[in-house]
Amino acid sequence: MAFPTLSSPHTARPNETRRVMAEVLLALLPGIAALVWYFGWGVVINIALASAVAVAAEAAVLALRGRPALPAVSDLSTLVTAWLFAVSVPPTLPWWLTLVGIVFAVVVVKHLYGGMGQNPFNPAMAGYVLLLVSYPVQMTAWLPPSVLTEHPLTFSQSLAVIFQGAPPAGLAWDAITQATPLDVMRQKLGLSYTIAEIRQSPLWGDFGGRGWEWVGNWFLLGGVYLLWRRVITWHIPAAMLGALLFAAGVFWLVDPNTHPFPAFHLFTGGTILGAFFIATDPVTACTTPRGQLVYGAAIGLLVYAIRSWGGYPDAVAFSVLLLNLAAPTIDNYTRPRVFGHAGGGQRED
Amino acid sequence: MTLAALHTPTARRLWEFHGGLHLPDHKRESTGAPVRRAPVPARLVLPLQQHIGMPSHLLVQPGQAVLKGQLIARPNGQVSAALHAPTSGTVVAIAEHVVPHPSGLAAPCVVIESDGHDAWAELPPPMPDWATRDPAELRERVRWAGVVGMGGAAFPSSVKLAPGPDREIHTLIVNGAECEPYITCDDLLMREHAARVIAGALIIRHVVGARRVLVGIEDNKPEAAAAMRRAAAVDCRIEVVVIPTKYPSGGEKQLVRVLTGVEVPSHGIPAQVGIVCHNVGTAAAVADAVLDGRPLISRIVTLTGGGVREPCNLEALIGTPARELVAQAGGYAPDAAKLILGGPMMGFALPDDGVPITKAANCLLVPTTAESPDPGPPLACIRCGRCADVCPVELLPQQLYWWARAKDLDRAQDYDLFDCIECGCCAHVCPSHIPLVQYYRYAKTEAWAKEQDKRRAEQARRRHEARVTRLERQESERKAKLRKKKEELDAPAGDPGTDPKKAAIQAAVERAAAKKAALAAQGVTPANTADLSPAQQRQVDAAEARRTVAPEGTD
Ligand code: SF4
Ligand code: SF4
Repeated sequence: MAFPTLSSPHTARPNETRRVMAEVLLALLPGIAALVWYFGWGVVINIALASAVAVAAEAAVLALRGRPALPAVSDLSTLVTAWLFAVSVPPTLPWWLTLVGIVFAVVVVKHLYGGMGQNPFNPAMAGYVLLLVSYPVQMTAWLPPSVLTEHPLTFSQSLAVIFQGAPPAGLAWDAITQATPLDVMRQKLGLSYTIAEIRQSPLWGDFGGRGWEWVGNWFLLGGVYLLWRRVITWHIPAAMLGALLFAAGVFWLVDPNTHPFPAFHLFTGGTILGAFFIATDPVTACTTPRGQLVYGAAIGLLVYAIRSWGGYPDAVAFSVLLLNLAAPTIDNYTRPRVFGHAGGGQRED
Repeated sequence: MTLAALHTPTARRLWEFHGGLHLPDHKRESTGAPVRRAPVPARLVLPLQQHIGMPSHLLVQPGQAVLKGQLIARPNGQVSAALHAPTSGTVVAIAEHVVPHPSGLAAPCVVIESDGHDAWAELPPPMPDWATRDPAELRERVRWAGVVGMGGAAFPSSVKLAPGPDREIHTLIVNGAECEPYITCDDLLMREHAARVIAGALIIRHVVGARRVLVGIEDNKPEAAAAMRRAAAVDCRIEVVVIPTKYPSGGEKQLVRVLTGVEVPSHGIPAQVGIVCHNVGTAAAVADAVLDGRPLISRIVTLTGGGVREPCNLEALIGTPARELVAQAGGYAPDAAKLILGGPMMGFALPDDGVPITKAANCLLVPTTAESPDPGPPLACIRCGRCADVCPVELLPQQLYWWARAKDLDRAQDYDLFDCIECGCCAHVCPSHIPLVQYYRYAKTEAWAKEQDKRRAEQARRRHEARVTRLERQESERKAKLRKKKEELDAPAGDPGTDPKKAAIQAAVERAAAKKAALAAQGVTPANTADLSPAQQRQVDAAEARRTVAPEGTD
């Protein structure tokens, strides 16, 4: 398509995609620091590994597609995918699973659909879900938060766990891994414990799982930063968290003994990360403001439903992917009213 | 806000429009000095079409002497404008010349060589008693003066002065918003000639029969607003309203919204909601035409940007080459990067500085590379929605882009492509630096072309059908005649061979056949519609179309 080379506007452009992505990476840092604090070096190793694999995979795909690799790699979107994937998986995940997940995310989910901006599904979450359904054991084997364990893994032990699949000498797997609070909650509720009984365990902090709640708080800080920098708008996080709180609140009011209190849903699992960093992925989310409200709320409700009645302990990834599928349709039905079209305009007097 | 401020007329309620941008306004650069008159150039180039509508009808010939203010082309139809000689001299050529148009194409222009005397032609008499004159008379004067919208649209003003008998106009809005960065010609006009602008506004009010006049000025022009307030004190029906600075509040529909809260319907004009909107420059030109009998032959042009040495405002004759105005502004600075006609948001880059200033040319912007850097190769759209956040029309630019790129014009129109005002807000904020406006212009042009193709195909189809019916009718008539003839022949009549009349006809027919055969042998066919030039063929087609369209109503 031939165009005249110079087109209005002739201004210096204030925004840049690379900078938007860099801000997302920056905003992830507090949450990542908290993850490292509570769950050890495995998180860092995973991030480094995922980043390297993602960049290599993207460069390779672009080479195959005959496109210049540098501009695409330097837009940093691949790193965002890699980091989101790495903070979602257990810090003990064997290296080859990270490899499989990332290659799937970058090559299949992103590039087979046309590359940057064209992919209907969130690549990080698609990679995560692929692993979750194929390797559920490895994907749910989390470390206990450091405050609860007598054997926090050292850096070299983490390396050994990830690359050799070997627990540290003298320790069994069971000694170093632990079910996540969401898992525990689900299992114990299944065994007819009451919430009060379940909360006796030292696993619980002030509102969510101990350690987890603080990871959530630090991701929240990053999310607020993104809002402040206008990288994201309030619509999706507010709708998603609001809907989740609403659903949790209703059930909790009906029977607080068998339904976890609303804050639990907010600060355990991937809720905060999902609301601010994953559901807001612009490429795969709704793009109209009203559509974003619908989209966010639907994710929130789905998360509650899957957590409460579904087969998997956490549900952010599934919910996001499902709504990715619905996003174009939602967008189509939530178009804003265009200026001068019926239904608008105030009359004077 | 102080209590006193509450009692000033600014306390009127204002409305918002969606989106928009707060841009660095860069007005200071060019408002330091009063407007200067640019010298008369040796040669003026006057495009015959400086306005929206039909090109003007030329009245002069090469070699003819003209006087300043003399009519050299008259309006050609209702939506068209008159053109006058900006100075005295000689018409040296009527020729194609590159005109300020985004296409960079040449168009017919009158070239006048100045004689240096700047001698005026005789002008029509002033109308100091305009308030008692018939609006039609004033409209005719404005039409004669060649006044067009001077805010950039260049729509013939006399048309907007005739909103139609069934449309009651209650409000005249005078647009002094001047929302584009860098441009200050309206600002200085209001500072220096506020009384003229107000006089023009009152004349227009009288012509359209409006009850009140609202003058909208952005709050980054306090001097202009103060001058206008003072001048407006003559009439209590004029209200000068200071509005918040937000691009594009000077867009016609946006300004109407801000001042009155009314949304002009999509694809509609303000007159449909009882409002008429004119730019301050237009109002001043109307006053010149009515009060002095002076046609529109000059305008204030802002020369600005880091790429000119001495940014300023110049009163330039229409037809002055851009290059001479740049010279008047101290010439180019070494890092001049582009030459833009208009502002940074909606102006277009000129291919070279030989193009003339037209009636709508409000600004020559010469940015440096730092002011207008190359945005670089566009990246993929990440659907971040920033474009939609700033679109003043509340479109979804990302979706429009998607469909325009996919060349799905129907979907693009379904997403209200034609409501886009090409303000550039979306492209300005796009982090992927996608030239969105360019895509929309392209899509609009394509859609128009397609629409025209459709219409043409429809016409051809109708023409064909009409032809078929005609042939069938002729055929049946012929058969009927034959039958009749046969019946006559079968009837006991005289021997054809002995009937002298019939014998003569028979001989003539034979002669004609022989001649035809002879011509055919030489390769000449007698059909007078063969071997037409394409232009002739078009004419024939057009005539045919007219002929075949007409009977539809009578059938
Ligand atoms: S601002 Fe640019 S990248 Fe963002 S949605 Fe609009 S077109 Fe796409
Ligand atoms: S150029 Fe068109 S789509 Fe873009 S912001 Fe302006 S009106 Fe909206």
